[in-house]
Amino acid sequence: MIELCAITKSFAVGLPYQLTAVRDVSLVIEQGQFVVIKGPSGSGKTTLLTLIGCMARPTSGRIMLRGLPHPGLPGSADSAEVEITSLPERFLTAIRRATFGFIFQHFNLVRGITVLENVMLPAYPTGEPYELFRSRALQLLELFSISRHAATPVDRLSGGETQRVAIARALINNPKVIIADEPTAHLDSGLSSEFMEILSTFQAQGKTVLIASHDPLVYESSIPDMVVQMRDGAITGITRQQ
Amino acid sequence: MSGLLARHRNIIDFALSSLLRRKAKNISLLAVYTLIVIIIASCMLFINALKQEAAAVLKDAPDMVVQKMVAGRHDLMPVSRGEVIGGITGVRGVTARLWGYYYDAVTRANYTLTVSDGGQPAPGSIYIGSAIARLTGFSQGDLMPLRTYKGESKLLQVVRVLPAEAEIVSADLIVLSEKDFRELFNFPAGFATDLAVSAGNPLELATIAAKIVHQFPDTRPIMKSEMLRTYDSIFDWRGGMIVVMFAVAVLAFIIFAWDKASGLSAEERREIGILKSIGWETADVLLLKFWEGAIISLTAFLCGATVAYCHVFFFSASLFEHALKGWAVLYPQFRLAPSINAYQLTILFFLTVVPYTAATIIPSWRSATVDPDSSMR
Repeated sequence: MIELCAITKSFAVGLPYQLTAVRDVSLVIEQGQFVVIKGPSGSGKTTLLTLIGCMARPTSGRIMLRGLPHPGLPGSADSAEVEITSLPERFLTAIRRATFGFIFQHFNLVRGITVLENVMLPAYPTGEPYELFRSRALQLLELFSISRHAATPVDRLSGGETQRVAIARALINNPKVIIADEPTAHLDSGLSSEFMEILSTFQAQGKTVLIASHDPLVYESSIPDMVVQMRDGAITGITRQQ
Repeated sequence: MSGLLARHRNIIDFALSSLLRRKAKNISLLAVYTLIVIIIASCMLFINALKQEAAAVLKDAPDMVVQKMVAGRHDLMPVSRGEVIGGITGVRGVTARLWGYYYDAVTRANYTLTVSDGGQPAPGSIYIGSAIARLTGFSQGDLMPLRTYKGESKLLQVVRVLPAEAEIVSADLIVLSEKDFRELFNFPAGFATDLAVSAGNPLELATIAAKIVHQFPDTRPIMKSEMLRTYDSIFDWRGGMIVVMFAVAVLAFIIFAWDKASGLSAEERREIGILKSIGWETADVLLLKFWEGAIISLTAFLCGATVAYCHVFFFSASLFEHALKGWAVLYPQFRLAPSINAYQLTILFFLTVVPYTAATIIPSWRSATVDPDSSMR
């Protein structure tokens, strides 16, 4: 479970051009839920995702993780509740690596290296034996029907193939939570629907899925359990689907 | 422990593939870097080899040379003084030496003429240094004309060309008989150029020298240690020329490393952002950059040091010919004795690998400390 308590995130604090991207947001996301955060540009969706995904710390408020892996924290079992907002960078990175898989708006693949290497990238610094994560990466490529491109540089892939590589990379460390930021912004309707279908299979495997999007194909889809509406950094409404 | 090793291995693996995708850039970088290492390493190896050569040359030099002085200049030494000096306690032997210089107007080169203590050629015949043979074209069996003090030509038969080993000292040498030497220069009988004195105990040399000066106040004893110092300074002078090249190479390296340290491209910064956002720690990014720098600099160091070794010891330091050929028309072509000095290699390592690797890490550190969420925007 991910619990956000009165989260506020401001940039350039104390300066005349201070900007508050997220205001007093409280939210509970249960394990295995499919959540879409919708709202116009500048509503704070991406900032909220970076806070949940341990990429940044809130200016105020607390974020609690329960029942999620948090390696490296002394004396705490995975099932224990951890308050992540005050943790040093090293622990935040360890949690980010073990718990979250990220799919970015522009997919953020590293150009010039192969599909396989891009998928394995998050696993390199984990200290896991190379052969283990390589075989896992090959399985993921097989799952997304792109194994024939394993040795192809990512620059040569089509939009749909690039998207699948990005999804495979997000899954390489077997995360409990998938975070996707505007994943369908550069996809046509067919690929967007396919993307949602793929993510729904992760939910079926017990993973939590969090998507920030202002694409109606995403938030009007029947797949999400909950749609959170944001505007000007604050939550303006929550829709739960049966 | 195995996890730590696996982490390093994995990151090295990625560093290699990361370097390979910018093949042209990194190969040209490696080429420039290797060239600089070749110059620096060649300088170091060459200076050291010259010093060793000098030490080898003087290994068989006499313990002491005694010269006669007139008005502060070197004068002819009466051979009879050798008997008196031989009688001084501690002196093991005294040899009268005959040697001098000869200017050849045809080749515009100076030769050193000497009468060897043992194994001197028969009257009418000479041994010549290999550089003289190269310059004049004379070889074994040819008659070589030398002009006497009267301006007449004296024909001497070349019976041997001195071996090219240790050419740095034998290049300009002509060995001839005592008779021919005296005839050539009108060198009076009963006189020598100087006296070579050997002592039973080298510690007594200073006392012997004092006794010689006391007995013959117009003489100047020169001890082997002083000659060593002189030779050392000569080789250091030649080394000094090379030090200038060395300094230029080091400067080029500093500019090269500074350029590298001055920043990362937008593409490299973007990649660091991606790595951080997908779970790499700042330390992981720095480790990657460290290995990228280390792979380039270690490869350049190993290639550069190997090529420099071949350049100095197998190709007679051909890039430094001009520094060697500074003082005469006779150009020695010699091969230095191969030697490797661990201390020098360590210095070279710290001069090249460490600064470059540091120069790679520093700008990456600045980029790696940015918040991982920057790549989300």
